[in-house]
Amino acid sequence: MSIDTAPTASATALDATSAAATRRDILRRLLMTLGPILIALIIAGCILLAVGVDPLAYYGYVLEKGLFSPLGIQQTLTRMAPLLFLAAGLIVAFRAGMWNLGGDGQFLLGAVTAAASAPVFVEIMPAWLALFCSFLIAMVVAMIWSLVPALLRAYQGVNEIITTLMMTFLGTSFANVLVKLAFRDPSTTVPQTRTLPVEDRLPRLFDTTITSGLLLGLATIIIVHLVMTRTAFGLKLRIVGANPRAAVHSGLGVPGLTVAVFAISAGLAGLAGAVDIIGVQGNVRADWNPAYGLAVIPAVFLARMNGFAAIGFVFLLSVLSIGGESAARRLGVPNTFTLVLVSIVLIVLALAEYVDHRYHQSRKA
Amino acid sequence: MTGLFSEVFLSALLFGAVTAAIPLLLAGLGEQMSEKAGVLNIGIEGMMLAGAYLGFVGAFYSGSLWLGFLAGAAGGVAVALVMALLCVRIGLNQIVIGIALTLGLEGLTALLHHFQFSRSYPRLPAADATVIPLLSDIPVIGPAFFKHHLIVYLAVALVFAMSYLYRRTQLGLNLQAAGDKPAALDVAGIDVIRTRTIAVLTTGALAGLGGAYLANVGAGLFIPFITNGAGFLGIVLAMLARGRPIWVLFGALLFGVCLSLTTAMQVAGINIPTDVIQMLPFLAVMIMLVLFGRRASLPAALGIPYERGAR
Repeated sequence: MSIDTAPTASATALDATSAAATRRDILRRLLMTLGPILIALIIAGCILLAVGVDPLAYYGYVLEKGLFSPLGIQQTLTRMAPLLFLAAGLIVAFRAGMWNLGGDGQFLLGAVTAAASAPVFVEIMPAWLALFCSFLIAMVVAMIWSLVPALLRAYQGVNEIITTLMMTFLGTSFANVLVKLAFRDPSTTVPQTRTLPVEDRLPRLFDTTITSGLLLGLATIIIVHLVMTRTAFGLKLRIVGANPRAAVHSGLGVPGLTVAVFAISAGLAGLAGAVDIIGVQGNVRADWNPAYGLAVIPAVFLARMNGFAAIGFVFLLSVLSIGGESAARRLGVPNTFTLVLVSIVLIVLALAEYVDHRYHQSRKA
Repeated sequence: MTGLFSEVFLSALLFGAVTAAIPLLLAGLGEQMSEKAGVLNIGIEGMMLAGAYLGFVGAFYSGSLWLGFLAGAAGGVAVALVMALLCVRIGLNQIVIGIALTLGLEGLTALLHHFQFSRSYPRLPAADATVIPLLSDIPVIGPAFFKHHLIVYLAVALVFAMSYLYRRTQLGLNLQAAGDKPAALDVAGIDVIRTRTIAVLTTGALAGLGGAYLANVGAGLFIPFITNGAGFLGIVLAMLARGRPIWVLFGALLFGVCLSLTTAMQVAGINIPTDVIQMLPFLAVMIMLVLFGRRASLPAALGIPYERGAR
């Protein structure tokens, strides 16, 4: 498969010829992001009107609960932590031209293993070491889970879109099996894993409810961005992504790099699961599947696999999902409306991106 | 355990396998067509959901199963229209749009169902079966294969119609070329965009019909997220079938058996958690991919939007 994933050379910020031009560029990008979001909100509003819900009230709640209330913004920032890890993992895979669509399976298995191991570890070792070990286990398990698609793609040329999707379905069920059978907390009637005590979870930032996982997530995505854009390893992966055949001819060990890409990408997805459990949830209930992975994919793509832009999109996704959840509760709209909203935003943004690209091309020509 | 192998049980198992296979068959045939034409349709799950919801609503309010199927197919086409516009005409990334459409339709159908039926899940009356005389008297196989709704036979007939289309008609050749060498097709004076649009819309109709069958005949009701990955299984089927409709049929039957086993084992009260059983079809896919993955082939220009005179 050679789907166009090569990072498009955008106007680099290093081009210091005129600061005004870059400022205009940033302003234009901001406009090209906010405009489409507004259009998307209007379209989604029409759907709300059609089912008899006041869209203004809905959006009012989304903004209030997702962005402007102190508690809401804290929840939004907390929600960003796992999404950032997932986005970082996807950036690695996409830049290397590989479609890891199995993020949800890797996320859940990471979450379940972290949930199972953390409460055991905190009893036998210092808290920081316990959490570190749980993170490590979650990462390794997710990496192992990605091994089948990775090997199939590296040595058999089997399309990874299909294999990772299948592994997601398997992973979701397998995570449930683990919760219900192996890691079930015997002291409760609800099928769930043992709960990690609140005081043993990731420390909160300052006096807020924001988990420090946010900082880990931000650091991770920035490091990933820098590795992909500034290091030899990142360059190798980008060459594999841009032109696998050329990569083989230039002597790169493509199969090995492929496996490495999958391992890194899946490992980060596993960490996303761990950070959500150790930072926020404390345990995994049976049939819990937030499906963050699938929603992050188009966001990362719209960010053009740029780490910094991805942070912005992840923030937007967070606001919509946290705000949407509470708006849905208040107005009796099912939670699934958030999915509709997110998908309309993504489609309109993709369209705007295209229009912008076209406009630029016609000006250049 | 002896009860597991009784004639009645086997026949029920096979009957269930056929019922479970039909949506996969339709989705697989649809995906095959758009893949042939060079469009990787990840939105097929969304198209099936649109078909399942509209198919159910259509049948529920009109009282006619056939109107339901029609509505389902129309729903699939409506989603396919968006896909064709965005991915074929404009050339946006097929995977991104496909995922967005699937997410959106998951949400939209669940939302509409909520506002229409709240928390109730009304059922449709059982579909009438068309019994094929003589053949249906064969023990075990007869009741399993020859007592289905008419649309099942039509779906199987479609396999052969598609084979004919791909091998013997100009349109079939055009589709193939649109996926393998779109520029050559363009040079031959045939509109690549139009050929691909036809393929994507047909995919939508078939996937929508598959969804409608799933809701109306398979389950007899609509529940949110009812397709549960059937669309993605359709993608795998299309990929493994290497462009041959008949292999989609065999593959669909194989997965149908897996899905039917899932229900049968639950009914038989075998003490395995449902989650383990639910893994079966996907496990079967992975095993098939490990064994035959290398031989799966995809058109050369799959996933690449065609732009006239781009290169």
